[in-house]
Parts: sequence; structure tokens; C-alpha cells
Amino acid sequence: MAAVRSMNKMYGVCFHAARQTAGLKASRLLQHRAFRVGAVRQQQPFDSTLEKPQFPGASAEFVDHLEFIQPNVISGIPVYRVMDRQGNIINPSQDPQLSKETVLNFYQKMTMLNTMDRILYESQRQGRISFYMTNYGEEGTHIGSAAALDPSDIVFGQYREAGVLMYRGFPLDLFMAQCYANADDLGKGRQMPVHYGSKDLNFVTISSPLATQIPQAAGAAYAVKRENMNRAVICYFGEGAASEGDAHAGFNFSATLECPLIFFCRNNGYAISTPTNEQYRGDGIAARGPGYGMMSIRVDGNDVFAVYNATKEARRRAVAENQPFLIEAMTYRIGHHSTSDDSSAYRSVDEVNYWDKQDHPISRLRHYMTARSWWSEDDERTWRKQSRKMVMEAFERAEKRLKPNPELMFTDVYQEVTPLLSKQRDSMWKHVQQYKEHYPLDLYDK
Amino acid sequence: LLQDGVGFFYVSKVICNSRTKTQRRHASHFTFQPDPVPTQYGPTQKMNLFQSVTSALDNTLASDPTAVIFGEDVAFGGVFRCTVGLRDKYGKDRVFNTPLCEQGIVGFGIGVAVAGATAIAEIQFADYIYPAFDQIVNEAAKYRYRSGNLFDCGNLTIRAPWGCVGHGSLYHSQSPEAFFAHCPGIKVVIPRSPVQAKGLLLSCIADQNPCIFFEPKILYRAAVEQVPVEAYTVPLSQAEILQEGSDVTLVAWGTQIHVMREVANMAQEKLGVSCELIDLQTILPWDVETVCKSVVKTGRLLISHEAPVTGGFAAEISSTVQEECFLNLEAPISRVCGYDTPFPHIFEPFYIPDKWKCFDAIKRMINY
Repeated sequence: MAAVRSMNKMYGVCFHAARQTAGLKASRLLQHRAFRVGAVRQQQPFDSTLEKPQFPGASAEFVDHLEFIQPNVISGIPVYRVMDRQGNIINPSQDPQLSKETVLNFYQKMTMLNTMDRILYESQRQGRISFYMTNYGEEGTHIGSAAALDPSDIVFGQYREAGVLMYRGFPLDLFMAQCYANADDLGKGRQMPVHYGSKDLNFVTISSPLATQIPQAAGAAYAVKRENMNRAVICYFGEGAASEGDAHAGFNFSATLECPLIFFCRNNGYAISTPTNEQYRGDGIAARGPGYGMMSIRVDGNDVFAVYNATKEARRRAVAENQPFLIEAMTYRIGHHSTSDDSSAYRSVDEVNYWDKQDHPISRLRHYMTARSWWSEDDERTWRKQSRKMVMEAFERAEKRLKPNPELMFTDVYQEVTPLLSKQRDSMWKHVQQYKEHYPLDLYDK
Repeated sequence: LLQDGVGFFYVSKVICNSRTKTQRRHASHFTFQPDPVPTQYGPTQKMNLFQSVTSALDNTLASDPTAVIFGEDVAFGGVFRCTVGLRDKYGKDRVFNTPLCEQGIVGFGIGVAVAGATAIAEIQFADYIYPAFDQIVNEAAKYRYRSGNLFDCGNLTIRAPWGCVGHGSLYHSQSPEAFFAHCPGIKVVIPRSPVQAKGLLLSCIADQNPCIFFEPKILYRAAVEQVPVEAYTVPLSQAEILQEGSDVTLVAWGTQIHVMREVANMAQEKLGVSCELIDLQTILPWDVETVCKSVVKTGRLLISHEAPVTGGFAAEISSTVQEECFLNLEAPISRVCGYDTPFPHIFEPFYIPDKWKCFDAIKRMINY
């Protein structure tokens, strides 16, 4: 019923009797959807005596006055949260009541990510790595959602989800190896920093083109549905990427093909310099979900418990009912887009400071923990020192490591090395041998 | 059953005395030449090209429980009837329609393949493959390389009807192989006949790299052969020498092979010139060795395709052959291709690289 009410509010529609029936019908439809798995919609038998539309394309009622539906962006879809900005639980029934151990792990993963971000951002500034993207302010979206999934669930990300990988146990050494493109990199040094991937942790390797992962996630979810092994797929993207055609494709396919998939949109306010009011004119991304026939929710992305609860329930139902769920996590990108960006060119320092000081996922969780005496100033000091030490040690190890052998430039283009590539490889080595003083061979593995 | 109003079937010859001169339809520019019946793959059955595709898909769905076929209108059998009967036989979760969205079809297909299942995606006409270009070039082709072989979409095969059909015009006649030839990481394959189509398609499906399989639509009904009923494969990246010769090497693929067969006969009869005809079959990665070995022998090369000549795949072959066989060449390499125009409607008879244009090119090469 709440969903229906919000739907009506959203469209600002003022039918009278029609609305009542429409509302009831809509809620019946929503309930009906929950139990209909894999059913193919049949054309209802024709009956021209009924003054009811017979169109195959839509099943609504007739209406006899002209009125356009107004998109409602003033009081749009509400934002679900569990904690207030000071970390106090608002509605106790929504507290997921996770164990101290679990909550401490959330906190440590978020802060470890933050520490790693600081060190790697600096290392780019010092010319040690070529590029970096931080996750400042969005740690709650990563850890809250990752914790709600099964380890076997497949993750398709965009590029600002390192916390998901960290939560699943990707070691600091491998984060560093990828950023340094050294010989330990699972990706064999082929991609720019932050393009992580892990087969063991079911985290599909990141690619730079935006939103391409969205229809891919729908396909993976379809295959996983057919396997019938209680697995889901989650697909992360930003509010900017949601403008791409691939996003529309992915949403539509996942709904029509009934895929067990969670779409997780990190709405962080900016796509590089483009603010949301230049990215879309409707009520964000969540409002698009119903247009595709998709269950949708908007959550406070800086509230790790809200993110956790929503993802947990979405995952349970996506698998049980074979339908996609759209979660729009509202948050704020505290850092620059990347090391190639200086966001002071398009937003005020005051705005950034507000989010850093007044509404940060890490401090909100810390307040929750300290209120329960699960975390003290001493714990904080000790952990900061310890986590920084761990990151620095991994960093130093990664720095010293050689780069992968240039042989690896020619493998994995196809499963097999083709005759042509073999020839090109031989030609490259011959040339490099002859002109070796012009090539940095000593930096590379033999 | 929906009839010709939906499909795009070419009528091979229309002679009607009551029609005026301007309304007479031009005859087909080629005659399909069936190959000898294969004996090494077991019992055969008469099939046309779309039926040989159905047969390959049927074999695949039977032997691979993860295989799924999807695209626009594949559920009822497809606009070219390539998937007739498969949904009833294997279930609606395995043969299903997608929304009308090529970037979605290929993106979805990549995801299916990444999750470990066999994905066979249909694009309704090769002319409409471009919305999927990003997914093919930036994603499918690079999946294995960029992940360090942690992930791949080798289980993906994309099928699309290809090439001129007599009246297809700009958007139902294209041969886009050259766009994809420039993309390391995918394979591009084009069959000349039903037997080749089934074998090459099954190779593409089995191949652990993403493959694009273009099916010459003009051959869907016009090409009929005895095709093995069981599964068999024709190797990828191996050009086939259909006819040996000593004076000129002819290279083509798909429908154009049948044009070149006639050209070879014409050259022999009218000029006494012996042609060696090669079906390239796989455009990427292409069989450089077979083509170069032939040109070393003959000293002359003619490459022919319907796609526009500038930047067409003949340019790549020509460039490589002149690098490898420069001193063996008796004449400049000849390309007889479509003009650099969009594929026209009423001007098709003038546009296509027909046997007379190819014959003339041979004459000029011989007399160089």
C-alpha cells in the first residue's frame, strides 16, 4: 500500500474514482508479481461489450478528461534510513542488530579503504602510480551492500566500488599490485589503476566504458537463474552512467527476462563536474524503476545499516521471485572525480566540508559503536596506526616489485596466441634487442 | 506461419511478358554452386542455408544444456526462419525474445557468457549491429585481455544476416566485416554454403573467443545442399582452396564465392587463364599463409567483396600480400568491390562487383 501511495504522490495525479480502482489494481498487481515466476503474459480474451481498453500494450482504464501526468520531483521517492546523522537508531525495528564483531568489521573495512585511498592518491601525486580514484564519502554504500550479499554472488562494478572488493577479502597487496601494474597484478598489468578484478571473489574486472556492465549483469543473472543455485548478481553504477543507453537496455532486459539482479546506483551528486540537475530532470534514478516494471527504493547511502537492510531484502526477493530490484543510494562524492580532476573548479569547499564533517558514513557508524561502548578513543588511535602500517607495508612491497614480462602484451587477446601475434611478438623482441638502450627493460620481469 | 511479407526472400528469376520494361526484375547476379556431398560426417539431409543454421543450433541445444538463443523475434522462428521449432523443442527459457535493443542483446550475451553459459545472440540484420559496436569492440573483444584471463566471454557467438539480397538497399544489404576486422580479440566468420555454414557456426560456438558469424541472406533459400545431420566442425582461420590454378589467385567469401566460380570459368574459356579460387571463410584472424602461398605461385591476386572498396577488407589482404610477395607479383593487386556509396536500392545491378567487372579485372591483370 505504501508503494502505491508513493507512486500516486509521485505522479501527482488527481483522478477520483479511477484512482481508487487504479490504486487497488496496482497493489494487486504488485502482490501478484511477487508470486508469478517465469509466466508469459497472455492476451486477455476480447470482449467489446466491456467499456474497457483491449489494447495488448497496456491494461489501464479509460478516462474522459485530458490531463497530463506531472512528474513529481519536489516530493519524490523518500529516502530510507535507519540512523540519523549522529548515528542514533531512529526506528528500533529497523536496527539490523548485527553483532559487535560484524559492526567492527564494517568500521575497519571502511576506514582501511579510506587509509588506502589517502596513500594511493598521494602516491599518484608523487609520480609513483599513473592514476587513482578515491572512494571518499561512499564507503557506506560499498560495505553495507557487500555485507548483505553471499560470497558467491557476482559483482559487476563501475570503478568506485573498491570497498566491495575489500569487504570480500581482496588483500592490500593485490590492490597495490594492480595500481602499480607490477608482476603480481592479477590483471597482468594491462589496465590503468583501480581497474580491479577477482575471479575467486566473484568481482568481474572493471572496465572504463561506463554502464557497459549493466546489460552484462542482466545476462549473468539470467544464466545464474537457470543454474538455480541460489546466486544473485549485483550491478553498481553512478547516476551519470545511468544516462547511458546501456542502462536503459539493462533495466529493460532484466525486467522482461525476469533476472535475479540488484541494480545499485550510487547517486553521489556529480559525474566529474556535471551536477545532477544537468544529468537528469526527473526524480533521480529510483523513479525510473517503475517505468520498467521494476521494484525500486531510495536509501541514505551514508547510512551503512540502511544500505545493508535494503540490499539484504532486495537480494532475498530477487532470488526468490526472479525479478530485478533497483536501489538508489544517495550519497556524496567527497573526493575529486580522479587524480586528473580538481573539483574546486566546479563546487565550493564549504559544500565538500559539510559532507565530510556533518554526514559521513564512517563517523555515523563510529557514533553508533561508541554509544554502545564498542569502540573507544584508544581503539581508534591503535587502529589508525595499525591500518596505516598495513597499507604502508603493502605499498612498499608493491613499489619494489618488477613489472610483468612484456611477453604478456601478446597473450590473452584470444584464448590461443595466433600465428600473426606470434610473429608480431618475435618482431618486437628482435627490435628491442637491437635498440635495447631505448627501452626500460630493467624495470620488467625476465 | 508468417510468409514472405515478413521475410526477405529473393526471387531468383522473374519473367513476365505483361510487365513493362522498367518493371522487369533483374536476374540474380550469381548461381549457387553446391559442393560435393560430404561423406565423412555421417548421414546427410537436403537443407537450405537457414535450415543448416537451424540444424547447428539444434545440435548445440541438444548437447550443451547451458546454451541459450536470444534476439528479436527468435521465439516464433525468426524473420529468416533460422530458429523454427527450437523453442517448442527446448523450452522458452532457452529460446526467447529480447526487447528491441541491439546494445542490450550483445551486452546481455556477454553477461551470459561471462557467467559460464553458451550464448548465441541474433542481430536481425548486420545493418543493425552498430548500436552493439561498443559492447563488441570495447567489451567482448577485450574481456579476456583486460582481466588478465580471469574472465572471458568466449562462450558468446553473435549471428547476423549479411550481404546483398537484390532489393535490400541501404539497410538490408550491408557487409560490415571490415569494421570488425580492425578489432583484435573477436573472430569474424562468413560461410559460402549450407555445409560450410553449419560447420563454421558450430566451430564459432565451440571456440573460446567471442565470434561474429555473418550469414549471406541471399543464400538462405537459394543455397541447397546435402548437409550432415550430426554435429561437425569446419576449422576457423583456415582458408579453403576450392579450385587450383596457376595464373591468377581469386580471393572472396560468402555469396561472392559463387560469382568468382563463374568468373574462373569465364577466364578459362574466354582467356585461357587458369584461376586458383580461395574462400577466405574467416576474416579475422585470416589465413595469411594460404593466400600468400597461392600468390607466390600465380603472381596475380584479385580480391572481391560487396562492401565499399575504401577500407574494405580487400585493402588489408592487398597490403599484407604486397609486403610478403612483392617480388612475385606480375601485376598490381586488383580489388573489385562495391563503390564508396551507401548500398543503393534501384542501382544495385550497377553497384555490385559482378562477374563482368571481375572478368575485366582479370583481363587487365593478364595484359599488364
